[in-house]
Amino acid sequence: MASLKELKDRIKSVKSTQKITKAKQMVAAAKLRKAQAAAEAARPYADRLAGVMGSLASKVSGDSAPLLLRGTGNDQKHLLVVVNTDKGLCGGLNANIVKEAKKQARELIAQGKSVSFYLVGKKGRAPIKRDYANQVDTMYDTSDMKNPDFAEAEKIADELVAKFEKGEFDVAHLVYPIFKSALSQDPTTTQILPVPAPETVKESDAVVEYEPDEEAILEDLLPRYIKTQLFGALLEREASEQGASMTAMDNATRNAGELIDKLTIQYNRSRQAAITTELIEIIAGAEAL
Amino acid sequence: MALHFELVTPSKLVRSEDVHMVVVPGAEGEFGVLEGHAPFMSTIRDGAVQVYKTEGGAPENIEVRGGFAEVGDNGLTVLAEHVED
Repeated sequence: MASLKELKDRIKSVKSTQKITKAKQMVAAAKLRKAQAAAEAARPYADRLAGVMGSLASKVSGDSAPLLLRGTGNDQKHLLVVVNTDKGLCGGLNANIVKEAKKQARELIAQGKSVSFYLVGKKGRAPIKRDYANQVDTMYDTSDMKNPDFAEAEKIADELVAKFEKGEFDVAHLVYPIFKSALSQDPTTTQILPVPAPETVKESDAVVEYEPDEEAILEDLLPRYIKTQLFGALLEREASEQGASMTAMDNATRNAGELIDKLTIQYNRSRQAAITTELIEIIAGAEAL
Repeated sequence: MALHFELVTPSKLVRSEDVHMVVVPGAEGEFGVLEGHAPFMSTIRDGAVQVYKTEGGAPENIEVRGGFAEVGDNGLTVLAEHVED
């Protein structure tokens, strides 16, 4: 059995761990509220843009459509844009994102396609490199970004579009977590390049006037649409990270509490046993006289 | 007699109000939008969107960058990537 001193030290160390997890939990709860509000605030823009895109894309088709909509005509080289968090302490979130990304990669490879990775966030690097060391194309660092920033999304989108235009890949998929609640974040995969044709087309009977023409507007709008999607992914990531972190830290705090209780009981028992032994020794010594 | 005007950026809904007229710096020239304007879509160049709350009143200028304007049945919507407050 551990000595009293050892037990005492153990209790002290668990207590300080509990303090850390509790603090992290409260910080995450506060940040989650902010992240959710930010995600909410971004929705009108994304909705409007998607609506305009839908009505325009249905009018412009065939060879006159911009490259970003039409695609390169090939379906061989795939790029997986995986959005992970930069910090840990958020339970299984990053593991789940990586799992989803690897699943997509396996499926694509099974179909005979080539796959490369564009990693956003630090936490996806190590696990993906382990399996696909030579296919990691770019690692984008977002660790100095405190809140999801549109400028950051812009930079990523510009880089992706430039690569696409150079023909480095034919299709890009975005893998990111969708925030459902603090308890569940679903990693999902959506195609971002070429921009998939919108399904819902609301036809209005009014004749809309365009300035400049439809193609020029679409040309201008498509990169913006991709930026908005990446920005949305960053916002979802932020909310997911804080949600997952809150849940994980809540569990950790509770576990630490249980451990402290158990150790305290053990400590008190050992102390009692030591006192009893001492007493017996004294009494036995007195009787012997 | 009021035009519903919305100004939206990726991070938030900046404005949503009823105004008299808005002058938008379109890519091919400025255009003013009053109530009942025909459906219209245009990219806009970087510049100031002038919002006239009342007829004849002084305009309020809002600087926008990277934008797009749409006039529909429900008024004017300006989508901008950046808005300078």
